[in-house]
This record gives sequence, C-alpha cells and structure tokens, in this order.
Amino acid sequence: MALNNILRSSLCVSRTLKFNYFKNNHRIVSTGQPALNKKEVEITFVKANGERIKAKGKIGDSLLDVVVNNNIDLDGFGACEGTLTCSTCHLILKPGDYESLPDKPTDEELDMLDLAYDLTDTSRLGCQIYLSEKLDGLEVKVPATINDARS
Amino acid sequence: MSFKTSFPIIKRIFSTVPIKPKICIVGAGPAGFYTAQHLVKKLEKPEIDIYERLPVPFGLVRFGVAPDHPDVKNVIHTFTKTAQNPNVRFLGNINLGSNVTLEQLKNAYHVVLLTYGAEQSKTLNIPGENINNVIEARKIVGWYNGIPWDTDLNIDLSGEKVAIFGQGNVAIDVARILLTPIDELKKTDITQHALDAISTSKIKTISLIGRRGPLQAAFTIKELREMLKLRNCNTIWQPQDFIGVSEHLPTLVRPRKRLTELMLKSLKEQNDSACNKEFKPIFHRSPLKILGKSKVEEVVLGVNELKGDDILNQKSSLTDIRESIKCDLVVSSIGYKSVQADKDIPFDSHRGIVNHFNNKVDKGVYVSGWLGTGPTGVILTTMGNAFAVADLILQDMKEENLLNNNKGGFEEIIKLLNKQNVQVVSWQDWEKIDQFEQSEGKKNWETEGEDS
Repeated sequence: MALNNILRSSLCVSRTLKFNYFKNNHRIVSTGQPALNKKEVEITFVKANGERIKAKGKIGDSLLDVVVNNNIDLDGFGACEGTLTCSTCHLILKPGDYESLPDKPTDEELDMLDLAYDLTDTSRLGCQIYLSEKLDGLEVKVPATINDARS
Repeated sequence: MSFKTSFPIIKRIFSTVPIKPKICIVGAGPAGFYTAQHLVKKLEKPEIDIYERLPVPFGLVRFGVAPDHPDVKNVIHTFTKTAQNPNVRFLGNINLGSNVTLEQLKNAYHVVLLTYGAEQSKTLNIPGENINNVIEARKIVGWYNGIPWDTDLNIDLSGEKVAIFGQGNVAIDVARILLTPIDELKKTDITQHALDAISTSKIKTISLIGRRGPLQAAFTIKELREMLKLRNCNTIWQPQDFIGVSEHLPTLVRPRKRLTELMLKSLKEQNDSACNKEFKPIFHRSPLKILGKSKVEEVVLGVNELKGDDILNQKSSLTDIRESIKCDLVVSSIGYKSVQADKDIPFDSHRGIVNHFNNKVDKGVYVSGWLGTGPTGVILTTMGNAFAVADLILQDMKEENLLNNNKGGFEEIIKLLNKQNVQVVSWQDWEKIDQFEQSEGKKNWETEGEDS
C-alpha cells in the first residue's frame, strides 16, 4: 500500500490547537491565587474491593486532576482527559456530599454518566468536580468497570 | 545413555531463568491497546507485540470516531504511553491471513489475542441494494476519516434528499457530518477530499429510518443532543411515532428515560423555523425495496407494528401498509460485522464474530473487542472487555501452564515477513508519519487562518 494514501492532508492539527486553547483557558480560570499559596485538601478514593487511597489536591483542581497528579492506579480512568466525552472517571458520592456540591451536573455530564456502569443517583464525573476548601476529607467510591478490573 | 547427552535436560530442569511470556495481539485498536496496557502492568518483562494491518495504529479511534469529536481521540495519548513501554512493540503493515497465519503466530507466541475488530457491513438483503448511490455508512466513515481504500468513494451529493437506514450512532455521525455547516467542518480533522466534496453538497433533508419505535432507539443521548443543537438544521419528528410513548416514562431506567424525555421535549417544541436543512427521524419502518435507474430515486418502506410485552425488547412486525420516499442518496447503517481473517479462526459468519467461550477461542488463543462481542458499545465497553480478557490470560498462564516452553516470538515471524518483502512499520516510523501529518495539517490550518 502506498504510504501517502494513509496520510491526512487536511486540518488534522486543529484538534490539538483547539484542545490546548480550552485547556489553557481552563487553567487561567481555575488559578485563583499564586500556586505556592494554594491550599491542599485531602480526598479518599475507595475502590470496589474496599481499598482506600488517600490523595491530596489543590483547590481548583478537579478530582480527575487529583488521580492523574498523584499517579493513582485506576486503569482507564479519564480516557478523554476531562473533555466530557467519556465516562471512565465515574465516581459515586455520598448523598450528603452530592447535595452540597455547588455545581449541579449539566445535561452533558448526565448524558455521559448515562453510559456508565453502576450508575447511581449520586454519580458524578470526576473531571467535573472542582476542589474547594469545603471538600477537604471528601470520600468517593470508584465503581468497578464491567469486570472488576480495577479491584 | 551417557551423562553427556542427558546433561542439557538436567540443565533445563534446574534452570532458574524464567520463560519470557511472548504475547501477540492482532489489531492495534482500543481492544488491543487496552489489553496490552493491562498485561504489561501485571507481567514481569513480557514481550507484547501488537500487529496491525495498516501502517498506522489506533483502529477505530483514528478511523471510526467522527472528525468533529476530537476529544474522544484523546485516549490516543494513553495508547501511546503503552506503545512506548519497552516491553511493547508496534508492528504495522502486517496482515493476518496473507502475510502471516494464525498457525504461525501460535507457534511463535505463548498467547495470541485477536482484536482486529469489525470492518464489514451487514447487508440489507433487499432488491436495489446495488443501485448507484446506495452506500454503506462504514464506507462514508472511512472516506471522511481517511481509510486508504475508501479514499476514492463514489458518492454523489448533488441531490437534496438522503435516506439513512439504521438509527445507531454511526448513522447519526454520518447524518451530522453531512448536515454540519462547512465552516464548522473545516475546523475538524476531516479528510480534504471529503471536505471538498461536502462543500459542494446540495443535501437538505436527511431521514433516519428505524424499524422500531422511540423506546427502542439505538442512538445515545449525547449524539441526539448534538443533532438538536446543530446550527441551521431543524429536527422534525413524526408525531404519530410517539403515540403512547410518554405512558412508559415512569417505568424506564434513567438513560432510556432521559433519552425519551429529550425526544418528547424536542417533539413538543418542533416548528418550521427558518432552517435550510432538516433532520427527520422516522420510526416503525423497514426498507423493502430501493428503486432507481442510473442512480437511486426512491425507497419503498413497510410500516411496522411492535409486538411483545417487554417494551424495550419489542420486535417489529411488518404490516400490509407501504410508503415510499424520494431520495437521491441511500446510506445503509445497520451494523458492522467482522471477517474471518484466517481459515483456522473459528468463525460464526451469521453473526459476524469469532466463536469463543468467555473470550477464549482455543488454548492460548483469545478474542477481545468487537471481534468477539459484536459491534456495539462505547470505548468504555471495549475497555472493560479488554481488561477482563487480560485477567483471563494471566489466570490461564498459570492454570493452563501456557508458559511451558520458550517461544521464538517476533524473531520467528520476521523471517517469514522478510521472505515476502513486507516492510514492517515500527512505532518510530509511525511517529514520523504523525509528525508529517501534523505539520501538513498545521500548514493548511495557517493558510485557512489567513483566508478568514
């Protein structure tokens, strides 16, 4: 097969540009204070097998950021990198915590959650929950994938 | 028997060097990469070779995901990390069935995992299916995503009316790409040849025709919501399709309920607003015949009624009522099926999948992804299946003693490939292709930027 058949001649770079644009925008918005002064809050991730993982994150980080920045070993978590196009960062909150979050899930977030396994009434996507001082000590459940591969 | 001749045997028994697990994965799509990711994490120094027929990796993430869904493709970053692991090797441009056989792979590796997906379309099996401008959705997807053999697709977009058979997300993707304003399409990573063709398109109305009703609709809510938000395009439902639907709302589980509520809301709000284009979902219709002389002109549909007590699993049953709609392009999007790449692969040609029991095909041979499950589900589904298969392989390595002797691995296979002058594309080669694509794309992007 001629290799030039496979090449895309079009605007394949646009997705990178677009993504970085949004990413940078998001960073600007979420950085409220100089990084060094940022407070840290502690989050506990409880895996399907009961294993508890404590991790720290900065205010303004998402729960997905906490998993990524702490190299928490959750297979396949955050496949779309926080762009609201998959449901691999599905987390289950306690009803009280779910209610007290300031931002309710958008239609788009609920749309993705509808494709998740073990969907509950207090399910959220980790990429959509941003840390605040109030969330210090938050405990979230990480549902198993279809086959408990994460347990 | 002299001591000398028996010495090598004694040596092997007492050898402490563990046998290196050699695993071969056929197909570098999501199923292959996710299984590799899990195996490389759990095994100590394995040799995992991912074979791919094309010179480029990522399968349907590259060639199936719609060009206006770039964020879905971010998973490529995870796959790239797996490919860059020193215990994983990408081997592109090698074709199972012609360059190498299953038997040869089984001899060279401890484990063979088949993940080459589903690349053929199910056929309608109705008269007129071969008339000009009746096209499989899969070929249109390949055309706008750059699959080499779909580059020259003969598609005529000069008519106003399109009928799509099937209501899955592939059907919606095709409808959306054909209805999206060209200035928005330009910003996606659609192929240039598809962009050029669509920029001259005269399409105004696309009907999305399904056998069953709104309660059994196959598309997911995200894809529907995108259609409802599409600029300069009106979604028009047939009110009669929704008779009695709202009564079932309280009994539905959340995903089905939200999808149904969104359709009902859209139906309630629908009007003849001044849009150039129309998207028309049509339920309870089966295609019976396609008519046309030099190209497609009309499709004949049979009206269905639904039967069965389990609402979500009702079956369609043809009535005597017939309808026909005029159309200039017909797209069939009724599902993908797999092929039997090698004669030794046990295959169910009716369902279009590899025969397997819990993902196991034979001793040391496994299947994961669409090739085993059939073509349904999102990337999360394939990920879950891939992790499960990886765990099964790890378990069988112990329980079935799969690692009982040393295997030649790719060193054996490359001898066969060299005889055929196959040019193997390595990961480093792919990175060069990627860099070239990116820089060409950037050039086009900058030119576009200056123009606007």
